[in-house]
Amino acid sequence: MSQNNPIESGPARDPHINFAYLDERTKRMIRRAILKAVAIPGYQVPFGSREMPLPYGWGTGGIQVTASIIGSTDVLKVIDQGSDDTVNAVNIRRFFQRTTGVEVTTDTTLASIIQTRHRIPETPLREGQVLVYQVPVPEPMQHLEPREQETRQLHALQEYGLMHVNLFEDLSHYGHISSTYDYPVLVNGRYIMSPSPIPKFDNPKMHLNPALQLFGAGREKRIYAVPPYTTVESLGFDDHPFEIQRWESACELCGSKESFLDEVLMDDQGKKMFVCSDSDYCSKRQVAP
Amino acid sequence: MTLHSTNTQPMLQMNKLSKQFLLHLQNSTALTVLQNFNLTLSPGECVRLSGPSGMGKSTILKLAYGNYRASAGEILVRDTDGQYIDMTQASARAVLHLRAHSMGYVSQFLRVIPRVAAIDIVAEPLLENGLDLVSREQAREQAAHWLTRLRIPEALWQLPPATFSGGEQQRINLARSFIKPRPLLLLDEPTASLDPVNTQTVIEMIIQARAQGVAILGIFHDDTVAQQVVSRTVSMLPLETQ
Amino acid sequence: MSELDTTPPLMRVQGLSCAYGAKTVVRDISFDLWPGEVLAIVGESGSGKTTLLNTVAARHMPSAGHVYFDLRDHGLQEIYAMSEAQRRMLARTDWGFVHQHAAEGLRMNVSAGANVSERLMALGQRHYGQLRAQAIDWLERVEINPNRIDDRPDTFSGGMRQRLQIARNLITQPRLVFMDEPTSGLDVSVQAKLLDMMRTLTRQMNLAAIIVTHDLAVARLLAQRMMVMQNGQAVETGLTDQVLDDPQHPYTQLLVSSVLQP
Repeated sequence: MSQNNPIESGPARDPHINFAYLDERTKRMIRRAILKAVAIPGYQVPFGSREMPLPYGWGTGGIQVTASIIGSTDVLKVIDQGSDDTVNAVNIRRFFQRTTGVEVTTDTTLASIIQTRHRIPETPLREGQVLVYQVPVPEPMQHLEPREQETRQLHALQEYGLMHVNLFEDLSHYGHISSTYDYPVLVNGRYIMSPSPIPKFDNPKMHLNPALQLFGAGREKRIYAVPPYTTVESLGFDDHPFEIQRWESACELCGSKESFLDEVLMDDQGKKMFVCSDSDYCSKRQVAP
Repeated sequence: MTLHSTNTQPMLQMNKLSKQFLLHLQNSTALTVLQNFNLTLSPGECVRLSGPSGMGKSTILKLAYGNYRASAGEILVRDTDGQYIDMTQASARAVLHLRAHSMGYVSQFLRVIPRVAAIDIVAEPLLENGLDLVSREQAREQAAHWLTRLRIPEALWQLPPATFSGGEQQRINLARSFIKPRPLLLLDEPTASLDPVNTQTVIEMIIQARAQGVAILGIFHDDTVAQQVVSRTVSMLPLETQ
Repeated sequence: MSELDTTPPLMRVQGLSCAYGAKTVVRDISFDLWPGEVLAIVGESGSGKTTLLNTVAARHMPSAGHVYFDLRDHGLQEIYAMSEAQRRMLARTDWGFVHQHAAEGLRMNVSAGANVSERLMALGQRHYGQLRAQAIDWLERVEINPNRIDDRPDTFSGGMRQRLQIARNLITQPRLVFMDEPTSGLDVSVQAKLLDMMRTLTRQMNLAAIIVTHDLAVARLLAQRMMVMQNGQAVETGLTDQVLDDPQHPYTQLLVSSVLQP
């Protein structure tokens, strides 16, 4: 599929399937969960996650969120690791084409709903847009405290010492905080949230973002949200504050020094080049730097 | 060191004191050790309990200290504010308070605490309960003074007393009581294991204490020692005649 | 005596009973505990001593009675009338709990340093350098070599783990520490070291403590007061040396006479 063609061919709308695959009652249930999530930024709302035509671990949560909010006039963009044309992104996009018939695009500025796995687009979002994240593990303290009964208490009582234990450990062992993705954040000064496995490079983009950010975890059956213009602060210590990654080189294709770069191996001798992870952003810059 | 109080009221008063051990494990045998015992002890006095062994002398000291519980009668000890506390009715807390401020007890045996150095055992009464009357260093200095006076070789100061001789242990015990002067002192055979030189030192210590107003109740096996320190003797008689 | 009358108790237990279903394991226990006092609760297995400790430490609901704790600036408050949040806050700051098995009281999968500083982080301290310095200070106080700060407790010996547990609890300067058989299962020489340290720390910090133990020697060494439990009831309570040297109750006499003297 060509990078320059924002409108692609795909399957036609299948009239035998309900709009966006889910039945209306399910959509209503999920919308209620979304409303609650928006009302309590960063709080994980349980929801009745449905059986979807793809296994857990492939974005069923994000898909259910998108399916519940999408309307016939929406324009949908689906990315995976920043790219519109990986297998995962293509399959999800085709799923929605088949079940909704909505217009699809690769252009971040034209989309009204963007479903993403593991990246936030480089192009700043605007009011009215919705970013839907695919989340594997919604609980930021899971690996330190596996009991959900306990983590619910910790969130409820705002007992977040454990999160800092984790950061402390990193500093002791590596001299710096080692998490480079899924870096925990404090939302609206109240709940600590897992932003999904986006690189920490993207964390600042969540802060005071004009768009609505929704997070869906299908296997874990949780939805959470960051409403527009909400504060999102990455955790850190006073003497070791949060820092984003930096590269020494620029993108080989478009010359950007500000975007998240993927490392691409060119040959068996280890020659590599750095390229923007966000394909739409990169291609636009190549056309009009 | 001065005991500030000019109060000449008795430090200790025992009225109709009785002690009976009820041995439940031996078919509830009752063993009467003391019956209707009376005693008054005033500041500056050193009263000797004398008599053959088994007459209950140590028991009296232990009753006074609260180590044993009386079966009947009262034991009045004057507190630092001049009020009397009856040991037989006092709460555990009150007894601990008296032990910290008003009563010292030198038993015949040193109950050895593992691992604690001799110098720290002696210094401990000055550091009780975070009172921090003195700093740790100052407490150790005073402990050193007493250990020197009682001729404990400096090489032993950092060692736990578990391996010390009986005489050395007794001197640790004595140092521990004398380092923090209290108006009432109970002595159970304080020179029993000591050589003549150290015995003389202890005699001096007792005389000095009396001069400072300490009231002393003691058991002395050695008559020559008793002659030098005792102001009055109470003879313990067999129970039938008490 | 005036000081005796006016100081309020740190903790007051009144008529406390605990049951597991139909079985009553603790009956009508009452006692007061003052600042700086160490109380030993002694008994054999099945006496109810551990249940009593857990109930008093807000870890197990009583079936009857009250437990009051003196909150700074607020006076005696019934702990079971507090909110969960308040109780948990108390447990993290003004109280400590040392478990019999250190693994229950530590995070075995994070470093010693993280274990020790966790409470401080929970209270909002956010300066890594200072947190680390305080952790080092406390490791030294419990005689753990500070260069083990980044090691995990699963590489520590039993005695070291217990000392780490103590450091983790005491770093917030609690006023009351609960201990459940803190020296059981440790070698004798290790026990001695631990007991000595506990003695020193309780005195230095004017710490009050309630220690459950079956070992009378531990009670004698650490506690000024002692409560002997049998079948859920307190059969004898008093000064430790008095209860051990002049036991009144038949069970206490049995207990004391059963102890082997080396």
